[in-house]
Amino acid sequence: MNETTLEVPYEIPVDAHNPVEPFLRMDRMPHIWCPGCGIGTTVNCFTRALLDSKADLDKVAIVSGIGCTGRVAGYASLDSFHTTHGRAIPFATGLKLANPELQVVVYSGDGDLFAIGGNHFIHAARRNMDLKVICVNNLTYAMTGGQTAPTTPSHVISATSPYGVFEPAFNLVALAEAAGASYVARWTTYHVKQLARSMEEVLKKKGFCFIEVLSPCPTLYQRRNKMGDGLDTMKFYKQASKVRHGAPTSECALTKSGEIVVGKFVDRDRPGYFELLNAQMTETLGERYAEPEVVCGNC
Amino acid sequence: MAKGFVSITVERCKGCGFCVEFCPTHVLALSSAYNSKGYHAPHIVSAEKCSGCDLCGMYCPDFAIFGARYAR
Ligand SMILES: Cc1ncc(C[n+]2csc(CCOP(=O)(O)OP(=O)(O)O)c2C)c(N)n1
Ligand code: SF4
Ligand code: SF4
Ligand code: SF4
Ligand SMILES: [Mg+2]
Repeated sequence: MNETTLEVPYEIPVDAHNPVEPFLRMDRMPHIWCPGCGIGTTVNCFTRALLDSKADLDKVAIVSGIGCTGRVAGYASLDSFHTTHGRAIPFATGLKLANPELQVVVYSGDGDLFAIGGNHFIHAARRNMDLKVICVNNLTYAMTGGQTAPTTPSHVISATSPYGVFEPAFNLVALAEAAGASYVARWTTYHVKQLARSMEEVLKKKGFCFIEVLSPCPTLYQRRNKMGDGLDTMKFYKQASKVRHGAPTSECALTKSGEIVVGKFVDRDRPGYFELLNAQMTETLGERYAEPEVVCGNC
Repeated sequence: MAKGFVSITVERCKGCGFCVEFCPTHVLALSSAYNSKGYHAPHIVSAEKCSGCDLCGMYCPDFAIFGARYAR
């Protein structure tokens, strides 16, 4: 594609480049995401977090499930795996167990992580598996046409709820806390700086960490609900969000057009899966127990 | 002289307007011209106000714009 750059009224240094580019497979651009879709914005934040945390990129792996968000694994120029629908967390768990040195990031959609993959989510949180889960929540199954997801708020019109959703939705941050997550935060794609900081924080924290990012889907969520375009949702996020760090997650449920509580809600230390495994086996087996040795071809 | 500069890859832009709306110093506006896919990309209307903060770059879902500070 012809990458023309606009005539600018001043000089751009020759070595200047977009800081996101070294983290992307640029040969795959332009990406498939719609105009005004927020997924790309979350990717910007994630790459800034990788840069700022000075993570060793050879030891970062991204795992996604299926969905528009799931495409992140394919666009990231890191070791990545695009799993089957709902199975990002079990794949990531296997990766972490086989090679504990890896920083394993699960990057997926609300439908993937909380409908078909919901059981995996709660059990990884319960075990405090050392995974960093980033959920792009556009409140719908976007890729398949905008069906009702477990996150779709009441009264919303969707492909499968033409007269409005009546089932109660999950409050993801409350679910994550109740299941045992060590870190729980919520931001929107309007909060780029705060989101990047949270992502950096989880890259440095041990244990199961969860960040929910509300993100516009103008094409399949907003259109049926006459909610305008991506920019309209960004303006809505700006106007409706309230930062309340440490807010009880039970008070943070989302509604169709009400207040959005954002911030860091949980940051606690619980023993991790490996610690618990080693402690229990040492107690039971004593000197007969040896910690699992990791033999990995490349490290 | 401006503290920073902004670089726009017109052909990658999908005209969402995020960069225009959230640039803190209103450096940008959507152009009336079309790119080859039919989108209105941003253009620079107040170059001297650019701080190089790269907020436009953080917002752009299409990786089509970024800002940076001039080296001193
Ligand atoms: C086993 C299986 N069931 C169903 C599907 C169809 N499917 C593909 S993506 C998707 C939902 C994706 O929703 P979400 O995870 O929220 O991602 P989004 O597209 O909204 O980013 C579904 C149901 C599938 N690919 N595989
Ligand atoms: S359908 Fe929605 S979530 Fe998927 S790329 Fe388009 S705007 Fe984004
Ligand atoms: S770098 Fe900052 S000041 Fe310059 S155009 Fe981008 S958002 Fe505006
Ligand atoms: S944010 Fe990116 S895609 Fe949107 S108008 Fe600006 S340059 Fe174009
Ligand atoms: Mg979704």
